[in-house]
Amino acid sequence: MVESMIRAEQLTSGYEKLTVFSDLDVAIKKGHITTIIGPNGCGKSTLLKTIGRILKQKNGDVFLQEKDMKSISTKAIAKQLALLSQNPEAPLQLKVEELISYGRFPHRKNVGKLSSKDKQVIEWAMDITRTTAFRDREIAQLSGGQRQKVWLAMALAQETNILLLDEPTTYLDLAHQLEVLQIVERLNKEHQCTIIMVLHDINHAARFSHELIAMKAGEIVTVGSPNEILEKDVLKEVFHINARIMIDPENGSPVCFGYDTLLAQEQGGPYGDNG
Amino acid sequence: MVNIEKKTKLKPILIMSTAPFLIVFTIALSITYGSKDIDVATIWQAITQFDSGNVDHTIIIQSRLPRVVAALLVGAFLAISGAIMQGMTRNYLASPSIMGVTDGSAFVITICMIFYPGMSNVSMIIFSMIGSALGAGIVFGFGSIMRNGLSPVRLAIIGTVIGTFLSSISAALATYFQISQDMSFWYNAKIHKVDPDILILALPFGLVGLILALVIAKSITILSLGESISITLGQRTKWIKVISILTVVCLTGTAVALVGKIGFVGLIIPHITRFIVGVDYRFIIPCSAIIGGIFLALCDVGSRFINYPFETPIGVVTSLIGVPFFLYLIHTRGGERRA
Repeated sequence: MVESMIRAEQLTSGYEKLTVFSDLDVAIKKGHITTIIGPNGCGKSTLLKTIGRILKQKNGDVFLQEKDMKSISTKAIAKQLALLSQNPEAPLQLKVEELISYGRFPHRKNVGKLSSKDKQVIEWAMDITRTTAFRDREIAQLSGGQRQKVWLAMALAQETNILLLDEPTTYLDLAHQLEVLQIVERLNKEHQCTIIMVLHDINHAARFSHELIAMKAGEIVTVGSPNEILEKDVLKEVFHINARIMIDPENGSPVCFGYDTLLAQEQGGPYGDNG
Repeated sequence: MVNIEKKTKLKPILIMSTAPFLIVFTIALSITYGSKDIDVATIWQAITQFDSGNVDHTIIIQSRLPRVVAALLVGAFLAISGAIMQGMTRNYLASPSIMGVTDGSAFVITICMIFYPGMSNVSMIIFSMIGSALGAGIVFGFGSIMRNGLSPVRLAIIGTVIGTFLSSISAALATYFQISQDMSFWYNAKIHKVDPDILILALPFGLVGLILALVIAKSITILSLGESISITLGQRTKWIKVISILTVVCLTGTAVALVGKIGFVGLIIPHITRFIVGVDYRFIIPCSAIIGGIFLALCDVGSRFINYPFETPIGVVTSLIGVPFFLYLIHTRGGERRA
């Protein structure tokens, strides 16, 4: 059995008066890519943010390698866990390399210059994300895809063994979506980085993940391998769709190649559940 | 390998190294020109061999010198406050005058003048700081409970409304208790009436604010990347915000206690500074202080010549420059998403 890198127990979270989910138990396996899928508003981003301590839980505990995160200093957590949120916005005049170098913050003393180790890691992060070519440009001059790679590089410069990604491919074109996910895959394979991400595209989720967590209305419906989750009955329950699934002959992962919505038939109108 | 650290440091170092000369030049300019013509030899004498019986000497030492020092300090304090507020909130319109901080100070000072007349200078500075905290508290409080209330333009509207409300109450109270004459000082920033005693008292308060600002500068840079990134990078975001607010309250409170309300300095100077030195608050904060101080001192010199030989309130001069700049900011930065 693979040991768990992150484990949540009886986790309750949400925003101010709104509780998005309560008493959730979940375990993320070490060295795996785990993707959370589910309809809008099901709580998948909230779960990711709570695990990444961007959002404070209302109740319950999150354990980082079996250690309660509340008992670890935020700086020590930052050396182990990085999170890339959905629409990060940097000051537009910031230079690419400068932004990426802020990823070194948790490793640096309060004053002082970048060490040679810092510089080495920054070079590595730019290399793996293929952002070296525009290191001197300002964020304002980059396309959406380039920006996302720069943010990813910043998270990598943090040199953590856990990476949380909240919809890293949203708003990107097809090629950039794939490029970002391939970087993630490479990190996992070459650096044994544990990855938890939220994706909307179930085909990408199936292709790049070891394990999928399907959520709906604040509950975890089921957890399993891509083959177990990309399955007619599961997708019907989670997304209210009638999915047609086949196996991609190129890479062997399940693909949903077409679907119809079930909402209209069940509820007699197109405006049913919106999460 | 290109050294990004060296490249970004060039301009701020240039500003900081030329600052002493620019400041001395500004002081010289400011004490030389005024409604009364005093020749350079007399000015030099006033500094080297002060004669309290000589009217010209008294004007130089008791009026013109404190005045330019006050302008330099107040400009620096307001610019640093604005820079911290903009960095912390990522709101390009954040500044002491727009967010109700200076109005809070003037309001509390009015209340104190009515119910606690003859207060000492130190208590006035402290009450002014309490007022700053009150103004900021009300504005950000309303901003947080209103839907999308913390967005730049909405927060600016809330700040302006609350600020106007507080100053209306002050005006009404001042009329009722017949202290309008005294009150106008706080609302029309009469920098030429600055009291040298309070100026000396203000120095330690300003120094505390300045040191705090420099200490948290790096953390402000991280915070300016966004709250979630700041947390992800392991910064104790809440603490940094608390210290930032204390710093702003300390600096703005002292500035208002010194000369009253002056608008726009805290808004425009941080923008100009960022344009020159980039996005690192370790440079923005000291450079804003330098540029803000010199800017306000030059505005003060200008205020003597707009309607010569009469003095124009310095707030008029800063508004003449500030209002077009404010509109420009909304025009260029206030796209739909940010409004």
